[in-house]
Amino acid sequence: MTGVRVLVGTRKGAFVLTSDGDREQWSVEGPHFPGWEIYHMKASPVDPDRIYASQSSGWFGQIIQRSDDGGTTWTPVGNEFTYDGETGTHMWYDGTPHPWEFKRVWHLEPSLTERDVVYAGVEDAALFKSTDGGMTWRELSGLRKHGTGSQWQPGAGGLCLHTIVLDPANDQRIYIAISAAGAFRTDDGGESWIPINKGLRSAEIPDQDSEVGHCVHRIAMHPSHPERLFMQKHWDVMRSDNAGDQWHEVSGNLPTDFGFPIAVHAHEPETVYVVPITSDSHHFPPEGKLRVYRSRTGGHEWEALTDGLPQSDCYVNVLRDAMAVDQMPSCGVYFGTSGGQVYMSGDSGDHWTAIVRDLPPVMSVEVQTLTNTPARV
Amino acid sequence: MSRAIRVVLPTHLRALAHVGSEIDVHAHARLVGNANSDAGKAVTLRDVLDAIEAEYPMLRGTIRDHVTQKRRAFVRFYACERDLSHDSPDNALPERVRSGDEPLLVVGAMAGG
Repeated sequence: MTGVRVLVGTRKGAFVLTSDGDREQWSVEGPHFPGWEIYHMKASPVDPDRIYASQSSGWFGQIIQRSDDGGTTWTPVGNEFTYDGETGTHMWYDGTPHPWEFKRVWHLEPSLTERDVVYAGVEDAALFKSTDGGMTWRELSGLRKHGTGSQWQPGAGGLCLHTIVLDPANDQRIYIAISAAGAFRTDDGGESWIPINKGLRSAEIPDQDSEVGHCVHRIAMHPSHPERLFMQKHWDVMRSDNAGDQWHEVSGNLPTDFGFPIAVHAHEPETVYVVPITSDSHHFPPEGKLRVYRSRTGGHEWEALTDGLPQSDCYVNVLRDAMAVDQMPSCGVYFGTSGGQVYMSGDSGDHWTAIVRDLPPVMSVEVQTLTNTPARV
Repeated sequence: MSRAIRVVLPTHLRALAHVGSEIDVHAHARLVGNANSDAGKAVTLRDVLDAIEAEYPMLRGTIRDHVTQKRRAFVRFYACERDLSHDSPDNALPERVRSGDEPLLVVGAMAGG
């Protein structure tokens, strides 16, 4: 493994950061699509030079871009996301029915095994699938037509399907999460879905045992243990050891258990990372200190990682798709902030450095570990 | 009948379509007006948008919705110092646009500071 490529989506364009295996010298290319919001970029595990980007604008709508040369050149592909059949209504913020309306793509998840298959999580919440490299999209409408759809209510960021986790051991199993409906799982490739929210507790909803209504922020999995899931919920860090059938809280000694991203170490399935944020109204870290917290025990016991991160007067946020790990022998951890910094640690979080400091607000960070040194380094 | 219509796109759509500040599109005129009165063939806004999307498929969905064909909320159409945004897309465009003397302006509405 000789190189790393970091894909950074920001409020005003996309950036590609590349380094060799030492991860000390970086080249920064971009902005691609300047002026557009890039909610997410992700590469195909089957073909690392194939990268998808979700490009959107309040003026001109949704574009999906695809690169087949590692992010050097891009081509717009299909951007028609049409819901399947009658859309019906979900619940609006004020509790009234509201029609489903497509707004944007939050997350793109390329297949683990098929080069031309990619999934898109959209707002208003639905899951789409392309089998032709993003040229055309079909809704997997069994999710939206789940019997609870009329009860789904948007979170502060909208009714968005923001998390898609593919099971590497079972190509029929997919996990998704929606703010603020909760987590769902399919075991038949997306035709039918079940809510997997047992054990979640959310003060924002009246019935704590409700099967939907929980504001799940992010789910992470280690590929060697696909039945073990870690979740950053609106409040609470949660864990499931049975594919989401039951969750239990592992927030432990975190200074606050509100946050957005959660990630699992590349080689240690019980090592988990979160970035505690003060609260849902204070979208910045406690005490003005930017701290990643690491648990090496699968939760409950957490340690603050601070070396190289600002420990005073820091009031940035880290969004749900803005943290990722690489696969290098010494695992790299990366995250981007609303202040435009992209931080990385080449030693599992012990020491941090900023790759770049002054990008537009970062919305997403994904990392590719390449077997060939990226051409631009 | 096919005639060249001059269209000025907003900056972001020029970048997306890899074109300069102004493009020429060949719109197919259709029957406009009431069939019982002075019906005739003239190029409409819908004809021009159809032609733009045919020639530049990457612009589909960016000016109007894929399915409903409704103008996106923050897009405006101006020509000959008039705002055509709220007119029917099936009205004939101003004669000076149809003749190529004036461009049709596709504009991103002012918003966002």
